[in-house]
Amino acid sequence: MTTAHTLVAEAVTLAYGDRTVVEELDLRVDDGRITVIVGANACGKSTLLRALARLLPPSGGRVLLDGKELHRQPTKEVARTLGLLPQSPVAPEGIVVADLVARGRSPHQRLLSRWSGADDLAVAEALDLTGTSDLADRVVDELSGGQRQRVWIAMALAQRTDILLLDEPTTYLDICHQVEVLDLLTDLNRDRGTTIVMVLHDLNLAARYADRLVALSRGRIVASGDPSEVLTPAVIRTVFGMSSEVVPDPVSGRPMVLPVGRHHSGRLAATA
Amino acid sequence: MTTTLVSVTSGRLGRARSRALLTGILAAVVVALVATSLMVGQTFYGPGEVLRVVLGQHVPGASFAVGELRLPRTTLALVAGLALGLAGVTFQTMLHNPLASPDVIGISSGASAAAVVAIVVLRLPESLVSLVAIGAALLTALVIYLLAYRDGVVGTRLILIGIGISAMLDSVVSYVIVRAATWDLQTAMRWLTGSVNGAVWSTVAPLTLAVLVLAPVLLAQARPLRLMQHGDDAAAALGVPVERTRVIAILAAVGLVALATAAAGPIAFVAFLAGPIAARIVGPGTSLMVPAALVGAVLVLGADLVGQHAAGNRYPVGVVTGVLGAPYLVHLLIRTNRAGGSP
Ligand SMILES: Nc1ncnc2c1ncn2[C@@H]1O[C@H](COP(=O)(O)OP(=O)(O)O)[C@@H](O)[C@H]1O
Ligand SMILES: [Mg+2]
Repeated sequence: MTTAHTLVAEAVTLAYGDRTVVEELDLRVDDGRITVIVGANACGKSTLLRALARLLPPSGGRVLLDGKELHRQPTKEVARTLGLLPQSPVAPEGIVVADLVARGRSPHQRLLSRWSGADDLAVAEALDLTGTSDLADRVVDELSGGQRQRVWIAMALAQRTDILLLDEPTTYLDICHQVEVLDLLTDLNRDRGTTIVMVLHDLNLAARYADRLVALSRGRIVASGDPSEVLTPAVIRTVFGMSSEVVPDPVSGRPMVLPVGRHHSGRLAATA
Repeated sequence: MTTTLVSVTSGRLGRARSRALLTGILAAVVVALVATSLMVGQTFYGPGEVLRVVLGQHVPGASFAVGELRLPRTTLALVAGLALGLAGVTFQTMLHNPLASPDVIGISSGASAAAVVAIVVLRLPESLVSLVAIGAALLTALVIYLLAYRDGVVGTRLILIGIGISAMLDSVVSYVIVRAATWDLQTAMRWLTGSVNGAVWSTVAPLTLAVLVLAPVLLAQARPLRLMQHGDDAAAALGVPVERTRVIAILAAVGLVALATAAAGPIAFVAFLAGPIAARIVGPGTSLMVPAALVGAVLVLGADLVGQHAAGNRYPVGVVTGVLGAPYLVHLLIRTNRAGGSP
């Protein structure tokens, strides 16, 4: 259903003004897999995602989509292959869900082109996949946080891109809605082959849902690969400056991080 | 799936139909107001006589009253209203803030101050006044933008700076008017609050031409501008060339405001009110540009009729729109204050 793509960052340096945030970073996004980026606050996760989505031109190095430099391609053309859900998108006051989701069709439309049956189909499918069809006529401002997040994902789905980048899609959601959103993205990846790159805060959910985990610290990749290779106490100490225990997650068998902290570590002290 | 598809399609068609209907009604109101302002005055002329004059035939009496006096005035009210409504909603959409309209943030005041200085101090001919007004409006927009810029432009800061600049420029207008003792009250009022009194073709024509050129330019940006309501990143991710859209929209909207102001003065609050009223009428979710332009025309034409005929005195149009707009401005400022930033 999707065609194969390559998305590669080659020695990219990313800066705001003269402030460098990411330096000479290399990353090859695995086609058809789920890549999750983790790291401390302000380490450059959003910045990296923005560069991968053509929103921030690199000050050094380059980002290649299918072998062609991303910033040399028209925005609209890129938007047909690669979608991004930013960290905090704004819904215009009073807009209804179906209209917002329909805006995901924009990259497929021309100035005076008419709305087509294919557009309606893409919108309906996005609503169904995200379980928001019942909300279609509701006003977005009046939805709960979880519902709203699913609607934004529906908009990104209506864009029908083979690559989807998401910046903290689960932040502000309760645990049940977090799992729901991540399950939905996994469905999308498994059923359609959509390549997913997302930033997540929760290390344990990241370990569970990632095919590949990328740990970022101060704009550099500290470790990258299978979650079981990346989530080690040593990497966690480098990235978050915190000591931790890593045990197998009884549900998935993936690694599970237990932060140690200064209190409540009685048993650990006793066994040590 | 199929049920969702059916409901998506029917929901979209239903909303599109009701928007088209409401926009059509607005257009009909504009036409009715144009007709009324051409017919009503010291002497009443019927639709037949008015139509003959508009078509260029000679009708004794009516040819002068309608052709020479009412037609330029009504045309000015119509195109100034369209221009201000369109420019206002463009700024409000782009900066996602109803307070960010060109008349609140000082762009109209820039055009107005420059026009007054050009006429009174520099004694420039009419044709140059429009150009000076455009230059000054662009300069004002640039100054406000630069003053508000700090790691990107934050709406609230831009608005506060704009309101300050606007107050300064308004005092320039007052100063020049007080100095120019030879001016009659009518001309002074035009530059203080905006008025379509004494409209002449030499100023109405450039504005009409500008609307014919710039309105399509802005309408072509309607879709990208609408997506920019989601924030720059979200819009760019949907394929919008954000910077280019912003530059085109600012230049076209400032041009419209400047020419409308050069022709009719800074008609108070039309740019500010048109967008929110249009949103109330047709609902959000789609482009408000056409409805807002029509609401702008309704406001100026309607306020001029009220100012001329309804009150005992003859008030310039800006006084009437000012009375309408000021309470809404206060309401929004209070709401901004409560919300701690953005209304
Ligand atoms: N638009 C911007 N202008 C200037 N600095 C920015 C901007 N966006 C982010 N930064 C800075 O870049 C650094 C990395 O930010 P970001 O990529 O958002 O971090 P993360 O998403 O990992 O929390 C931070 O120090 C932040 O302050
Ligand atoms: Mg971030």
